[in-house]
Amino acid sequence: MYNQKVLDAFANPKNVGCIENADGEGTVGNATCGDIMKITLKIENDIIVDAKFQTFGCAAAIATSSTATQMVIGMTIDEALKLTNARVVEELEGLPPQKIHCSVLAEEAIKKAIEDYRAKQNNKTVEKTEIEYV
Amino acid sequence: MKVYIDHAATTPCDKRVVEAMMPYFTNEFGNADSQHFYGRDAAKAVADARETVADIIGCKSNEIYFTGSGTEADNWALKGVALHNRHKGNHIIISAIEHHAILNSAEWLERNGFRVTRLPVDSTGLVSVSDLETAIDSETTLVSVMYVNNEVGTIEPIRELAEIAHRHGALFHSDCVQAMPYIKIDVSELGVDLLSMSAHKFYGPKGVGALYIRNGVKLDKLICGGGQERSQRGGTTNTPLAVGMAEALKIAACEMRRNNEYIAKLRDRFVNRVLGEIPYVRFNGNTERRIPSVANFSFEFVEGEGILMLMDFNGIAVSSGSACSSGSLDPSHVLLAMGVPIEVSHGSIRFSFGKDNTMEEVDYTVDKLKDTIAKLREMSPLFNLKTGGTYNV
Repeated sequence: MYNQKVLDAFANPKNVGCIENADGEGTVGNATCGDIMKITLKIENDIIVDAKFQTFGCAAAIATSSTATQMVIGMTIDEALKLTNARVVEELEGLPPQKIHCSVLAEEAIKKAIEDYRAKQNNKTVEKTEIEYV
Repeated sequence: MKVYIDHAATTPCDKRVVEAMMPYFTNEFGNADSQHFYGRDAAKAVADARETVADIIGCKSNEIYFTGSGTEADNWALKGVALHNRHKGNHIIISAIEHHAILNSAEWLERNGFRVTRLPVDSTGLVSVSDLETAIDSETTLVSVMYVNNEVGTIEPIRELAEIAHRHGALFHSDCVQAMPYIKIDVSELGVDLLSMSAHKFYGPKGVGALYIRNGVKLDKLICGGGQERSQRGGTTNTPLAVGMAEALKIAACEMRRNNEYIAKLRDRFVNRVLGEIPYVRFNGNTERRIPSVANFSFEFVEGEGILMLMDFNGIAVSSGSACSSGSLDPSHVLLAMGVPIEVSHGSIRFSFGKDNTMEEVDYTVDKLKDTIAKLREMSPLFNLKTGGTYNV
C-alpha cells in the first residue's frame, strides 16, 4: 500500500534522535491514538541548521517525520512555518488516504518547535506536551 | 529466506489435498444435482466428503452443510437462528472477542431489533461461565462463543457454556474455525447445536467452510436458491472444494498429535527466546488453555505496523493486531477486552506457527525481531522517555 519512496524513508530514516539543548522542541500526538512525534531544532540566526525526530507510530508517521526534518534543515523559520503536510506528502510522492492524518503530525511538531524557539527568544515558556504512557 | 508465521490467517493447501481435488475441476466436472452419470459421480464425491467430515466431528452426514467460508457459516448460524426464533425471544449472547464474522452479524441483528450481550473475558482471554449465567434470560435464543480465539489462541470452556445455554432453553453455536487442526472435536461431547469450520485453516482450500447443524435445530436460510444442501443453502455444490475440505480434515485428524507436539516445540522455543531476549514485552494469552500454534506479544513503546513491515523486509510474514494495518484507528478488540492498555496494544504482533516451520526459522525470526524492535525503539520518544534510551532495566 505504500510506494517505494515511503518504504525507503521508513526503512532508512534520516535525522533520528534528539538534539541536546535544542533551541526549539515540539511534541505532538498521544500514545492512546498510537502516534507521538517529538521534533528538536537547532536554530542559528533564524535559520534551522539541524533537526531531529523521535516518533512512536506507523510507517507513514516515521517516513513523514524523516522527510519533514530533511526538508526544514536550511530553511528560515518563516519558511519552515509555511511547510504543510501536503508538501511533505508530495515529497514522498503520496500516501494512502487513511495515512494522510499521520503526516499532519510532522507539520504540527515543527510549528510547535518553532513556537517554542520564539517563546524562548522572548524569555517566555510554551506549555509542553507531557507524554503519558502506562 | 522466506518465513511464514501467520498460520492463523491461512495455511498453505496440502499437496495431497490439491491432488484429491484436481479431478473434480476437469474430468469429473459434473453438477452434483444433475440426474445423469456426470452428476451422479459428483454427487457421490460430495456425499463421501460430507461423510468424512461428519465422521471426524462425530455427527451424522446429514448434519453437515457446506458453505462458501467460515464467515458464511457464522452469518448463517447467528442470523438464521435469531430470525427463526424471533417469536421466542430477541436476545442473543456472544463473547467480546469473537471473530468479525460473529461480531458484525450480531451488530446486524442489533440494527434489526435484537438485543445482544457481549460477554467479557479475563486477562488471558477466557470467558467466564458465571458471566453467562448472569447474562442469559428467558428471551435468549442463542449463545455463540468461539472454541479458540484467533488472535491469542485461548481455548474457551465450550462444554460448560453450552450446558448453561441448554439449561435456559437457548441454542449454542461455536465458531471452531481456529480449533480444527489442533483439537479433536466431538460435537456430542461438546454439546454444541451448531458449529462453524473453514478449510483453509487446516491446510485445505480457501472458499469452502461448513456449518454443523444438529438434527432438529431449525434456522432460517441465508442463501436462497435451488435445492442444494437439502434446500438449506442454494448455490451449485462446489465439488472439488468439498472434496478438498474433507481430505484436509482427514489428514489434519490423522496427523494432529504429531503436528501439535512439533508446533508446540517451535512455539515454546520462540516464546522463551522472546521473553528472555527482548525487554518490555508482554505475552498475551493463556499459558494453559491454548492451542500450540499462536504466540501473541505486545512490544512496548513501538507500533505494530512498523514491526510488521520491518519483519516483511526480512522475509518474515507475521500479522499485526494493530490499528494501522487495517486502515482503522481501532486497536485489537480482543486485546482491549483482555484489559491490555490501549497504548500497549498498538505494539502487538501475532505469530502463528505451522507444521512446515523449522527451528531454524524460529531462530531467524527471533534474531530479526530483536533487531526490529531495537531499531523502532531507538526512534520512539516513549522508549527514550521511559528508559533513557537504554535496555538496562
